[in-house]
Amino acid sequence: MLQFLLRRLGMVIPTFIGVSLFTFALIYLIPGDPITIMGGERGFGPEQRAELEAMLGLDKPIWQQYFIYLGNVLQGDLGTSYVTRQPVMSEFMSLFPATIELTVCAAIFAVITGLTLGILAAIKRGGLLDHTVMTISLTGYSMPIFWWALLLILLFSVNLGWTPVSGRLDVMFWVDEVTGFMLIDTLLSDEDGAFISALSHLVLPSIVLGTIPMAVIARMTRSSMLEVLGEDYIRTARAKGLSKRRIIVKHALRNALIPVITVMGLQVGLLLSGAILTETIFAWPGIGKWLIESIGRRDYPVVQGGLLLIATIIILVNLLVDLMYGVVNPRVRHSK
Amino acid sequence: MTMTSETQTTVRVPQTPFAEFWSYFIQNRGALIGLCFIVFIVFLAVFADFVAPHHPHEQFRDFILVPPAWAEGGNAQFWLGTDGVGRDILSRLIHGARLSLLIGLVIVSVSLVLGICLGLVAGFFGGFVDVAIMRFADILLSMPALLLAIAIVAILGPSIVNSGLALSLVYLPHYVRLTRASVLTEINKDYVISSRVAGAGALRLMFIVILPNCLAPLIVQATLGFSNAILDMAALGFLGLGAQPPLPEWGSMLATAREFIQSAWWVVTFPGLIILMTVLAFNLMGDGLRDALDPKLKQ
Amino acid sequence: MTETDKSLLVVNNLSVAFGTKDNPFKAVDRVSFHVEQGEVLGIVGESGSGKSVSSLALMGLIDFPGRVTADELRFKTTDLQTLNEKARRKITGDEISMIFQDPMTSLNPSYTVGNQIMEAIEVHQGGSKKERQAKAIDLLRQVGIPAPESRINNYPHQLSGGMSQRVMIAMAIACDPKLLIADEPTTALDVTIQAQIIELLLKLQREKQMGLMLITHDLALVAEAADRVVVMYAGQIVETGPASDIFKAPKHPYTQALMNSLPESSEGKDRLNALPGVVPGANDRPQGCLLNPRCPYVTDRCRAEEPEQYGPRGRQVKCFYPLDEAGRPTV
Repeated sequence: MLQFLLRRLGMVIPTFIGVSLFTFALIYLIPGDPITIMGGERGFGPEQRAELEAMLGLDKPIWQQYFIYLGNVLQGDLGTSYVTRQPVMSEFMSLFPATIELTVCAAIFAVITGLTLGILAAIKRGGLLDHTVMTISLTGYSMPIFWWALLLILLFSVNLGWTPVSGRLDVMFWVDEVTGFMLIDTLLSDEDGAFISALSHLVLPSIVLGTIPMAVIARMTRSSMLEVLGEDYIRTARAKGLSKRRIIVKHALRNALIPVITVMGLQVGLLLSGAILTETIFAWPGIGKWLIESIGRRDYPVVQGGLLLIATIIILVNLLVDLMYGVVNPRVRHSK
Repeated sequence: MTMTSETQTTVRVPQTPFAEFWSYFIQNRGALIGLCFIVFIVFLAVFADFVAPHHPHEQFRDFILVPPAWAEGGNAQFWLGTDGVGRDILSRLIHGARLSLLIGLVIVSVSLVLGICLGLVAGFFGGFVDVAIMRFADILLSMPALLLAIAIVAILGPSIVNSGLALSLVYLPHYVRLTRASVLTEINKDYVISSRVAGAGALRLMFIVILPNCLAPLIVQATLGFSNAILDMAALGFLGLGAQPPLPEWGSMLATAREFIQSAWWVVTFPGLIILMTVLAFNLMGDGLRDALDPKLKQ
Repeated sequence: MTETDKSLLVVNNLSVAFGTKDNPFKAVDRVSFHVEQGEVLGIVGESGSGKSVSSLALMGLIDFPGRVTADELRFKTTDLQTLNEKARRKITGDEISMIFQDPMTSLNPSYTVGNQIMEAIEVHQGGSKKERQAKAIDLLRQVGIPAPESRINNYPHQLSGGMSQRVMIAMAIACDPKLLIADEPTTALDVTIQAQIIELLLKLQREKQMGLMLITHDLALVAEAADRVVVMYAGQIVETGPASDIFKAPKHPYTQALMNSLPESSEGKDRLNALPGVVPGANDRPQGCLLNPRCPYVTDRCRAEEPEQYGPRGRQVKCFYPLDEAGRPTV
């Protein structure tokens, strides 16, 4: 197990270095140099410029600059926003809980509905339910989620008035930030109805963000389940006289989930990039919206740091998925 | 145990590979529907100037936010209604088809061609070249496509050309990996060795001997790549990073339509619907192609 | 030997059909046989002859679109056809159990072998976890697995093919079944292991006085192991009888051909004497006797009419011109 862990870690490090090289290069690839951008319309005089260059380390050779950058990154220093003058890291940390809350809720929605639909479709293969699930899944997979969001807002918020249009909490509530997770913070506060408000704000964004992963998981679960149900060991289980329920839950599902878990891991990346769209539409104050706004404001340290952090998170989550895969599948765990 | 009638006909009448592929493909109803829709959209795109009732940029100042023709207050002149500045939505969608398909075609072609070249080189030469190319592909793959595209557009600046370039780069690793994997399975087969012995050069071996035998998965990936390209392009347009107004791009049409969500549902509904249908059509066709080209399922 | 009220298993005119109602394909066609307590019944035939499908039908493992019909399907005094699903499950794996051809894929890769053996005990007999574990270890010892205390925690991929088949056998005998169906239990194994597994099966069968249905395409194996033999071809029984009789003097041309294809019987000849062609599939079953395209003694009558099974009880043949003692056709 330890060897397995070390091998996976060994694959992560070069990828991280590659990503950091990319984000480092970003600053040098943009048209116009950083100091001109920082200066905005007023600009800097030659003396100020030289001073700033020295301060930012821009006068050093480029490889040296990279190592300084990498060193800073490893210490959690991602630079300072041009616009707010706040450290990028602290801005990120203050916005990240909102994104986690959204993606986790979306993931829960995607996994629960995706697995259920996939399993049901496989068990009732060829039936009406199966065809319905396949149609839903294919449509969900092809869905432009920014439009899907608008449709849901049109139906549930505008026409039916069931859910709020945007934001995380109704303005009538004031909740102290303790964890940054609105669902938890509202429970901790003594405001009546705040939790319900936070929950209702989460419903539509979670469904929107979870739609594509849900479709992918449903499809994958179905085909994996069908494959497993045709395996010899399912026949063995039936020959033991086990109940249908036990065969499906104990013998089929566990094996069918192995490929599904890999697919779920790949969805984390999609969830985080989908969050960019979803947060923009629902005015959700998370890192996706922050990143897009920073691009618009040409706030490059934020873009650079945000991208690096998101990519790092995705790499780590993929690592985690690999390790989980080892736990579920004994063949991987034992292989040398 | 079961001998189907199709296998019997294939035994009796020797079919060309294409005829065989086609007979499998048209059995798949979804794939056929997808193909028909794509043909329809391509027709609209090519003949947009003749098919569209109006110019996509023409603003009818007296007809702002007119509902679709069948709805109350609709006008037969504008089938799908008009947008916030009085442009005909149907005409914009038709011209948007031209834009989306063209951009999709460019993106897929660029990443396909580059991906094939890099994949062939990596698989054929191996060693350091292989490691370098594959590491690069892995790093690109470790980031979600849309995020990476946004990063690149952030550098190059928002425009339809830049976002197309970004997406081409983003899809590149898929083709590199696919090509390399098929090259590795083909390269040790006897027919490759025999042409190597016969004195074929590296270029000839790569492009004329090996490549044709790796095409099936690439065709499938390219078809599915089309749907990704259209979807991601629309997303970038929606975020304001892709096509800029007044270009009738589907995604950017949706972005400008957001403000009318409470008052004019048709401005929001139709551009998204056409994106969904086009993407769905390409996905259906891609699935059908995969099934028809997959030798495992052919038995 | 003939069937009685005391027979362990009585099968009368069992048919299994696949395909559509209008164009059914009978994988098993009006098959009748019986198994007595403590007896080994060999069922022999080429692949596609319907032997595995028959056994799956006995276990109740034929799924839609397959349709199982029979005049009688009786285990001891229980009519298997009228049982509901739950009652049927109570018998399968408990009193009737089965082992399969490929042990490597027949064990669930995600659970330890101990877990899978203990599950069979849990479902049918219950008991505490400790008791079940002790029983599983004992079973592994019975099937000749060394160091069963540690093997019990192994995953299937850590076992060889022979070991896996031993585990399958342990699982099958976990609840002391009265009838054990072994479907090609050695086909997927190395030649050297095959004899060991058969020996083990026969030893367990004698000790526990089980009825054993040994399904195989290997006639030599049946000659050694079985008390009685059923020969199947294209879903039908073509010959039945005591093993010794059948091997001394086969009456059906198909049985004769199977015996001639054994390497030891063709000593001195240039090549193995096998029948040309293969078992007919769903759409190419001939008129008349199903063997007629491959039979060396075929006549016009064989091409036109299908022969009935006839002969004394316990020694029947389905042929118009059964072979005589010397193996010559009686045309």
